[in-house]
Amino acid sequence: MKLITAIVKPYRLDEVKTALQELGVQGLTVTEASGYGRQRGHTEVYRGAEYQVDLVPKVRIEVVVEDADADPVIDAIVRAAQTGKIGDGKVWAVPVETVVRVRTGERGPDAL
Amino acid sequence: MESVTSVTLAAGQASAPDTGDTAWLLAATALVLLMTPGLALFYGGMVRAKSVLNMLMMSLVSIALVTVVWLAAGYSLAFGDDAFGGLIGGLGHAGMRGLGPDSVQGTVPTLLFATFQLTFAIITAALISGAIADRAKFGAWLVFVPVWALLVYVPVTHWVWGPGGWIVDELGALDFAGGLPVEITSGASGLALCLVLGPRLGFKKDAMRPHNLPMVVLGAGLLWFGWFGFNAGSALGANGLAAAAFLNTLAAGCTGLLGWLFVEQRRDGHPTTLGAASGAVAGLVAITPACGTVSLLGALVVGLAAGVLCSYAVSWKFKLNYDDSLDVVGVHLVGGIVGTVLIGVFATAAMTGGAEGLLYGGGLAQLGRQLLAVAAVGLYAFAVTYGIGKLIDRTTGFRASEEQEHTGLDLTVHAETAYDHGVLGHGAPVTSSVLAQKVTPQP
Repeated sequence: MKLITAIVKPYRLDEVKTALQELGVQGLTVTEASGYGRQRGHTEVYRGAEYQVDLVPKVRIEVVVEDADADPVIDAIVRAAQTGKIGDGKVWAVPVETVVRVRTGERGPDAL
Repeated sequence: MESVTSVTLAAGQASAPDTGDTAWLLAATALVLLMTPGLALFYGGMVRAKSVLNMLMMSLVSIALVTVVWLAAGYSLAFGDDAFGGLIGGLGHAGMRGLGPDSVQGTVPTLLFATFQLTFAIITAALISGAIADRAKFGAWLVFVPVWALLVYVPVTHWVWGPGGWIVDELGALDFAGGLPVEITSGASGLALCLVLGPRLGFKKDAMRPHNLPMVVLGAGLLWFGWFGFNAGSALGANGLAAAAFLNTLAAGCTGLLGWLFVEQRRDGHPTTLGAASGAVAGLVAITPACGTVSLLGALVVGLAAGVLCSYAVSWKFKLNYDDSLDVVGVHLVGGIVGTVLIGVFATAAMTGGAEGLLYGGGLAQLGRQLLAVAAVGLYAFAVTYGIGKLIDRTTGFRASEEQEHTGLDLTVHAETAYDHGVLGHGAPVTSSVLAQKVTPQP
């Protein structure tokens, strides 16, 4: 199994969700996140005083899938989140040793 | 203008108050009192979330503290018969002695006049808190406010509006609704106090963004609403002068707002919400002394000048290194000076009943009187406030501890937080003994 983590622009979340549902992904976790990459931050001005805001709001989407599904899911996320402009985010995958469904105690791919 | 400049105590006078004038002043007094909670929101939105409650509290306690001091001695010292060379009134009405429902001041009950003036003293004290946001020891503020009200606000008010006061009655300077006692006094005092306390931790390094701009706009709205009572109420009657002051107040707030936004668009590239609220307040500050003395054209220019100048003045603190956190100097001192001085240009006999400014053929004389009054009040307020501040700082300390300031005054001083963001770990109320027994594990 693989844990796929995607950091994307918040306004692309709906597109990513729809794309994953179409692929049959059963569930995902979304958290609000902030950070920066090459996009860096932005400036805000209050009474003439300029503030550099380094951290930009993003959403972090996490989904665990079977190994064979990892690449199609990653591709779907990238397609849905892509705007072509700087700050579109990152997607990565890491191996997952085990998954347990809390309600039933099922382990492994059955728990997905 | 006559009704304001030649105030005389008329306790026990036989004549009955005018019902129309009294009705308007009752309403105006309530309007002005609302300005202080409005100011609390205006300031509260501009500080960081960790100290917003402390900011609100500094204004709220000012209402209570100044009221007690005013009734005890402040009113008598400010508006009692002159006791010493136009500098201070007597203590004849200390504790409101000798004043009852039958006492009449001009055409309104004396008790109403005294209450109306009290609301001015309250907001002037509260205004100063913006200069020392996020870092003052609350106990020190509780000491500062009454002492400051007696030693700074009361004498300046006597000079300007007290019977025989040297600024209006002797010198002949004009101040309709408080450019000198309210705006310049609060601004100069704010400057003194922020120098005593020193800058916030992280001044010029950390982002100290306003945490709630909608709250700032709500506060500015309440201030503007109350300002009609402040300015038009200062006519002390329901009459044409009150109407002219009312319209001038609206006009100057609008040109102040437009002036500030114009500068922002040109200088920073964006018109901001904070700029609009600040510009309106700057225009209102500047028209305060002038609303009952200048023409409508004058009011429009006064507001615009204040909006433009104050939008630059708020950045002086970064160059000169004084942390006037919420720009009491940049808005109230500078705006107050603009409005008070421009009376010397735009005063018109139709409003003042005599005195005229440069533009209406009065020459430079009135301008000179205005400048002298500004300098005297500004220097007095700065010097005495600096002295009071230093004294408190040397004895009990005026500044919160570094840890308190870092954590935020809300939690460390008031044991509260303004916003519940659904933080995990909030348990049952520990003050409820029954509940506490149930949840406390026995060792």
